[in-house]
Amino acid sequence: MSAHVVGASSKLASKCPTGPLADRWQKHRFELKLVSPANRRRFHVLVVGTGLAGASAAASLAEMGYEVSAFCIQDSPRRAHSIAAQGGINAAKNYQNDGDSVWRLFYDTIKGGDFRARESNVHRLAEVSVDIIDQCVAQGVPFAREYGGLLANRSFGGAQVSRTFYARGQTGQQLLLGAYSALMRQVGEGKIKLYPRHEMLDLVLVDGVARGIVCRNLVDGAVRSFAGDAVLLCTGGYGNVFYLSTNAKACNVTAAWRAHKRGAVFGNPCYTQIHPTCIPVSGAHQSKLTLMSESLRNDGRVWVPRAGGDARAAESIPETERDYYLERKYPSFGNLSPRDISSRAAKQVCDEGRGVGATRMAVYLDFRDAIRREGAGGIRAKYGNLFQMYERITGEDPYQAPMRIFPAVHYTMGGVWVDYNLESTIPGLFVLGEANFSDHGANRLGASALMQGLADGYFVVPYTIASHLAGRKLGKVTTDHAAFARTEQEVRERIERLVNARGTRTPDSFHRELGLLMWDKCGMARNAAGLGTAIERIRDLREQYHRDVRIPGDAANLNSALEHAGRVADFFELAELMCRDALHRDESCGGHFREEFQTAEGEAQRDDANFCYAGAWELDASANGLAWNLHKEPLIFENVKLAERSYK
Amino acid sequence: MSSDHAAHAPSSAPNAPHALRFVLHVWRQKNAQSTGEFATFHLDDVSPDMSFLEMLDVLNERLIAAGDDPIAFDHDCREGICGACSLTINGQPHGFERETTTCQTHMRRFEDGATLYIEPFRANAFPIVKDLVVDRSAFDRIIAAGGFVSARTGSAPDANALPVPKGDADRAMDAAACIGCGACVASCKNASAMLFVSAKVAHLSLLPQGQAERGRRVLSMVERMDAEGFGNCTNESECEAACPKGISVANIARLNREYLRALATES
Ligand SMILES: Cc1cc2nc3c(=O)[nH]c(=O)nc-3n(C[C@H](O)[C@H](O)[C@H](O)COP(=O)(O)OP(=O)(O)OC[C@H]3O[C@@H](n4cnc5c(N)ncnc54)[C@H](O)[C@@H]3O)c2cc1C
Ligand code: FES
Repeated sequence: MSAHVVGASSKLASKCPTGPLADRWQKHRFELKLVSPANRRRFHVLVVGTGLAGASAAASLAEMGYEVSAFCIQDSPRRAHSIAAQGGINAAKNYQNDGDSVWRLFYDTIKGGDFRARESNVHRLAEVSVDIIDQCVAQGVPFAREYGGLLANRSFGGAQVSRTFYARGQTGQQLLLGAYSALMRQVGEGKIKLYPRHEMLDLVLVDGVARGIVCRNLVDGAVRSFAGDAVLLCTGGYGNVFYLSTNAKACNVTAAWRAHKRGAVFGNPCYTQIHPTCIPVSGAHQSKLTLMSESLRNDGRVWVPRAGGDARAAESIPETERDYYLERKYPSFGNLSPRDISSRAAKQVCDEGRGVGATRMAVYLDFRDAIRREGAGGIRAKYGNLFQMYERITGEDPYQAPMRIFPAVHYTMGGVWVDYNLESTIPGLFVLGEANFSDHGANRLGASALMQGLADGYFVVPYTIASHLAGRKLGKVTTDHAAFARTEQEVRERIERLVNARGTRTPDSFHRELGLLMWDKCGMARNAAGLGTAIERIRDLREQYHRDVRIPGDAANLNSALEHAGRVADFFELAELMCRDALHRDESCGGHFREEFQTAEGEAQRDDANFCYAGAWELDASANGLAWNLHKEPLIFENVKLAERSYK
Repeated sequence: MSSDHAAHAPSSAPNAPHALRFVLHVWRQKNAQSTGEFATFHLDDVSPDMSFLEMLDVLNERLIAAGDDPIAFDHDCREGICGACSLTINGQPHGFERETTTCQTHMRRFEDGATLYIEPFRANAFPIVKDLVVDRSAFDRIIAAGGFVSARTGSAPDANALPVPKGDADRAMDAAACIGCGACVASCKNASAMLFVSAKVAHLSLLPQGQAERGRRVLSMVERMDAEGFGNCTNESECEAACPKGISVANIARLNREYLRALATES
């Protein structure tokens, strides 16, 4: 069964402003409607997720005077997955005087995304990046500083300037604690109602507009509705569809998927980022993968033996018999080549039989030269906590022997399709942060997710939400409206279906099987035959899941197996759409590498004539079973020239 | 009454020859209202490469397959940064390994054949939710009371307008590294939250941005801390030893100074 393809569609009005690129955001802001300060308290905004995107949005909206409710899965908003980001956040401050500018950050991001993102969005992101750093410093975020007391920077992949701000190896933690403290200030002032350990399980539409959510209280199992005037999904990415990823265990697609099933179009689901520097899998018990920050590639050199099957210890392999393949293939970016390119290169050398370690599925990240140059103390000062983390997990000392690393699923560029206002195709439903598809095209540059999450929450949605609140006539809606009872009922039925399956296999065992299949067929490299097989297998497995899953206990208590089971059920549906998207995109771009479409040198071969669009999938509600229609949003490049992406 | 589950499921350890054996006594408690008790489990095929939580995962898979309720425990990042994991292992919050969260503890660090008692973080201010899961929302309420700089979005000056001496910035970062896990409270015989509160007070009072609210902040946070039912600090320093992030008790001395200073200056 193939998907309907619908051409450039009115369904997808991007609402991008026109005119000179650098003026667009200003112009748009001026043209946006406003809600006057006195009227704001009449509007209730439901913010789902309290990571960087959600916490910053909730705090900013409450400061402006809106009534806000904030929801998250964890016991505290401070524990959102954003907390785990290590390396840094980009901003076009040009504090290093090395030629950075808003334009350069814009250009690097567009190019890094392999020319598959909107110019208008990316330029806005680069513009507000500078305000983010100001805001965070004002909150007391303890960024790294130089002896003169001014802010320090480091370099990240895909850039030739130092524009990354950082707080040791805990940048995400410090940024999130900043946003969390702003959020908690508003909670303390009674402007935000906080609902931790609440999982959104559905979206409620009234007259086609997003007017509420249905949540399950994870402690007592109660299913309850919340009504509001707008819903903000800030629920993060779906990398855990692969089971093993660098994401926190609770990361999931459920909120976004439920919105999709209510009509929100899903953008570029197949664009997945595989991060090149993660600790390799050690055994079947593995529950997640640990990232080694990209910042390590500032000093570590990536290599494998020149000859296949070379089983000598790293230190016994002489210099001439080592292949520093990134430096060889991409001399101008070398070890700091972008993630998709570095990951693929690692896969290539391992496929050639040149991988290292017991599994041969790893490459070396070697600090020998840096330690000689700066001493172990110098390296410890920069990366001490990362080295310690590596040693704890592997039991090996990276000061003595090189680290072994391998690519792992890390980030999803795809997500709910949104227009320039960050509004989905469901009016009143806004999507922020990793959960949307907006700014990174087919590949995200390092240190740009934190930037985007905070841009969306601090500096975009607080303005654009007014287009909805002031622009539409919103009648008063409470949870007494029939739509709430109906949606709640559907949620309860889905829960009961899972609990009553009383089968033989755990949700986790199904999740692992799905993950392996996705990694195999829809991971770092994909081909049409493999994707076809994957779709068949996913459908079989999904059917088996609903028949044979086993969830002990009941739904009226804290039930971790049930929570997981609901998320796995949604991953099963998303997985199929990811494969369909990957199958339809007959080109290679960024994180999407189709083996049939590569240059003679094995680089990604884009097809701009046929695929220069965002692929946005709409659920076909009339179909029996899962089916989708594809809409295309053409990407128009007026300011940059579409070019082969070269880092040579 | 305690249940005894012998683990006869097939080995999931990849390197079975080196598999470790453990006897686990795990705290089981249905919910906040019920009383709890230890349940005993024998594991004989634990890979040394497993993390502590991966060992519990394997046990839970077997429990679910057998139709039993899996052991509930909080966890998320499994990288030692989110502060969710909160197990007391043989009487020590996060176990014996210094500056290491439970999720970062690997089974190769334990002796083969060891008996492990696994309990929740215990404190009056952290009521048990289920099994090993506790309610630490008191920490959030302390932050809401004053653990912030009031900097409304959009009102910030240029980030480099205000240089911060590197030493101050580094010390602020040392304190800001707190992950809010609550091990300090669980390790303290008085269940005091002084280390947690002092880390935030120190972080913000060391920075120029934190000066305007310096006095108000410490007074409100301490008031909230007391109201939440945390105990007093009697300088046992157990908290520092248990802290997975190595937050120093020197912060508590700073908190005390800040508090006295605030009492003198704020009225
Ligand atoms: C290990 C690691 C390191 C990284 N390092 C960097 C870096 O150095 N620089 C960089 O720029 N990016 C980095 N990233 C990426 C970046 O951290 C994330 O993309 C970003 O933090 C996502 O933020 P978010 O606010 O969109 O979502 P998240 O932080 O994932 O927050 C999601 C929120 O939604 C809630 N939620 C989810 N589903 C539901 C539901 N159904 N109901 C209620 N609540 C729900 C969760 O509880 C949570 O509060 C890293 C990622 C990883 C995995
Ligand atoms: S699970 Fe995040 S700190 Fe342990």
